[in-house]
Parts: sequence; structure tokens; C-alpha cells
Amino acid sequence: MLRTRVIPCLDVAGGRVVKGVNFVDLVDEGDPVELAARYTAEGADEICYLDIGAAPEERATLLDLVHRTAREVFVPLTVGGGVRSPEDMRSVLRAGADKVAVNTAAVAVPDLIDRCAAAFGRQCVVLAVDAQSSAAGRWEVVVNGGRAPTGRDPIDWIAEGVERGAGEILLTSIDRDGTNNGYDLNLLAAATAVSHVPVIASGGAGVPAHFVDAVTEGGAAAVLAASTLHRGTLTINQIKGALATAGIPVREAA
Amino acid sequence: MTAPLVAVVDHGAGNLVSIAQGLERAGATVRVAAGPAGLTGCDGVVLPGVGATAAAMERLRSARMVEPLRGWDGPMLGICVGLQLLFERSEEDGADCLGILPGEVRRLKARRLPHIGWNDILVEKPDPLFDGLRDGALGYFVHSYAAMPDDPAVVVASAEYDAPFVAAVRWGEVCGVQFHPERSAATGLRILANFVDSIRCGVTAGAMAAFGDVRTGM
Repeated sequence: MLRTRVIPCLDVAGGRVVKGVNFVDLVDEGDPVELAARYTAEGADEICYLDIGAAPEERATLLDLVHRTAREVFVPLTVGGGVRSPEDMRSVLRAGADKVAVNTAAVAVPDLIDRCAAAFGRQCVVLAVDAQSSAAGRWEVVVNGGRAPTGRDPIDWIAEGVERGAGEILLTSIDRDGTNNGYDLNLLAAATAVSHVPVIASGGAGVPAHFVDAVTEGGAAAVLAASTLHRGTLTINQIKGALATAGIPVREAA
Repeated sequence: MTAPLVAVVDHGAGNLVSIAQGLERAGATVRVAAGPAGLTGCDGVVLPGVGATAAAMERLRSARMVEPLRGWDGPMLGICVGLQLLFERSEEDGADCLGILPGEVRRLKARRLPHIGWNDILVEKPDPLFDGLRDGALGYFVHSYAAMPDDPAVVVASAEYDAPFVAAVRWGEVCGVQFHPERSAATGLRILANFVDSIRCGVTAGAMAAFGDVRTGM
């Protein structure tokens, strides 16, 4: 029986974990390797690093971080931010990542998804989509870390991305990011309806019920959390406990 | 033998860091092998695998690793696509594989693919790889295809995702797991340690004799 995954997301910039609200007002949350190891010990099913600066001059810092994490943490590691080519993807995988998320560069050149999937297999290509509501019941894709609206419909984009070879979708609601008001369930449900690959819910989780809703109402295969874990509002065990109580299978911490 | 030398085959497409680290924690000395010379003098071989099967075989061909791997007669562990490569051919791209074990690789029959996440390792028969694992142990899977061995006797574990599929195989000193032990937390580290131990002690001669040698083409 496949378990629903709980994934701590560590936004990294300049070698540190940071977290903001609605993608701005960043606060330092600690050392990435230390946090990743702690969350893994607490039962994280996977770790996600998003290099939110994605500055080319900080690439070596990110790769070093990935390498150190892969030597310490024996759960899957997804890394995103600043991946613009299959060569970028290769260097992140060789540093120790298992899956690589593409976002802005894929919107600009959608063929990037096809080329990465052909080179490394679709199972390690994650399409990260940041979506913001644009009108009632509609959303648009925003790139460059929440700074550049594109006018693209995220649901169409997800369907295209899966067709092109994305093996997993990481869907973040910018409106809900860091707010603890709950995932955008309408957005999530619309995405899972068009995607036959797993969709990871991201943005807005604050209380245990939010994680349950993401799975039961949103159809998510995995739930991502950041600020609520970094600030100790919830533990991974509490999240898993709530999921289990709702009848959703989870992996117990070893 | 204090620290067995284990070659991790590098065919250029994936994360070898965690496999190497897991083996080192188990007391092995790891050598990343990008060509035939990398296998010389090794006590065991790990064949990792990410990506599409045809691409993986192509990379092994250009690295001139196909024949040395086919001819390898010591302990070998295939991981994920590495397990699939042990068989004769794959439905994925119609690729020819190493053909060390008789059988094929087929697409999973499931509603949503890839199968990504933690799932039960259902042990079908005792195997040195599974020594010390608790009941209900979980492995981390990420794949869309699985092996269909001609001889069901090689299956040592299965898993279920809409339908049952092969999660681990063993034939003499050759074994393979469909999940990623290097990403399966304590369970996976134990499996890697068991592989290293089996190199140290030798896979039981009795088990080897019982298997005979019915590898493809032998």
C-alpha cells in the first residue's frame, strides 16, 4: 500500500534556509543539512530544497549543500531552482539529488521537460508550478520566484508538462504560501483532475486538518510543509497522526 | 576480508552519492567504476540505475561495460533500473538488456504512473538481503516498469501498486531490488549492509549449489 508522503520543504538562499510569506519578507530558519537531518529523524518521507535565489554565482554553494545532505540523509532529495538545461540537471543529480524540479526555465522553453526526461527518465523530473489566483476560479502561472506573472493557466500548463514527460508536479499556491490558511483546494483538485502523475500540494498548510483536506479533497499524493515545521507549530508526527486518523496510510517514523 | 571493495557502476546519469555513502557506512570501500577496469579486483558490484532503460544500456555500451558485467561472477546488486537491466529485454523502448537473468521487464498495470513513494516490501522467501528487517518494512520506489522473471523462483520479494509486482530477485550471487535502498532510511541502509556482509562472508555456498547455474546462455 502506497503511503501518502509528508515532505518538509527547505527554501534555500546563500546556503541558509529561509522562509517568507507570499514569497517575500524572508526570515532565516537555519542550516539546511541540520534541518534536513532533523526532519528525517522525525519521519520526513522526502526532503525538498528549493534554491529561491537561483543565482548562478551561488550554484557551487547549492551543489555543495546537496552533496553534504545526500551523505547525511537517506530519504529522497528533490532539488529545484535555477535548472535551465539537462546539463544543470545532471550536475544536481551527480551532487546527490534524486529528483530535480524545473520551473521558470521550463515555462520559457517547455522542451526542457522533454529533454530532461529523455536524458534522466521522467521519474526524476518534477515540474514545479507556482500559481496565483487571477480571477474567480482562475489562476495564472507566475515565474521568477513569484515575481513574473505569465498569463498561462496552470492547469493547462500541468497537463502539457505531464504530456512532455514530467513525472511529478509540485504545485504551490502563492496566495496561500506561508499564510497557514490551508492549501488552495480548488487549485489542487483542478490539477489532480488533469494529471495522471503524482501531485504534491504546497502552500498554506497550518493545522493538521489542512493536510487531510489536501489528500481527501485535493487528491494530493504528497503534502509539503515549510514554515509550520520550521517554527515548530506542528511536527511531522502530528501531521502523520492526523492523516492516519483520517484513514490515509502513512509511513511511521522508524 | 575486512573492507570489501565494491564497484558502483557509473553510467553517467544519476546520484551515486547516497549509494556510495550507504555502502561505506556498512564498512565497504567504494570504487566508482566508469569503465571495465573499474571492476578489476573488486569483491562485489552495485549496478544502480536511473532513467530510461535504452539510455542506460547505451551508456553501458559506450563505456564498454556490457560484456564485463555479463561475465561478472561475483556478488552483484542491481538497484531500480539496475535490477531491470539484469533481465533480457524491456518493454520500455523495446530495449535489450544485459540478459544475466531470463525474463523481461514490463510496464506496471496501474492507474497512476510513475509509482512514486514508500510501499511495503512483501518478503516472499528468506534472503540474506532481508536479514534483520522488521515486518512491515517499507522501501522507497520510483518507477513505471518492473521485472517479470521467467522463473518465479528468483522472486524474493514483491510489492503492490494496484497489482502485485516483483520488488526483489535473487539468483545465486546476483540480486536486485526495485526500490532504492539508498533512499529507504534505516530499512535501506540495513539492506545495503546485508549486501556488504554477504560479500564478506560469501553468499552461502549451499544456496549457490541449490540454485545451480541456469543463467541465460550458460
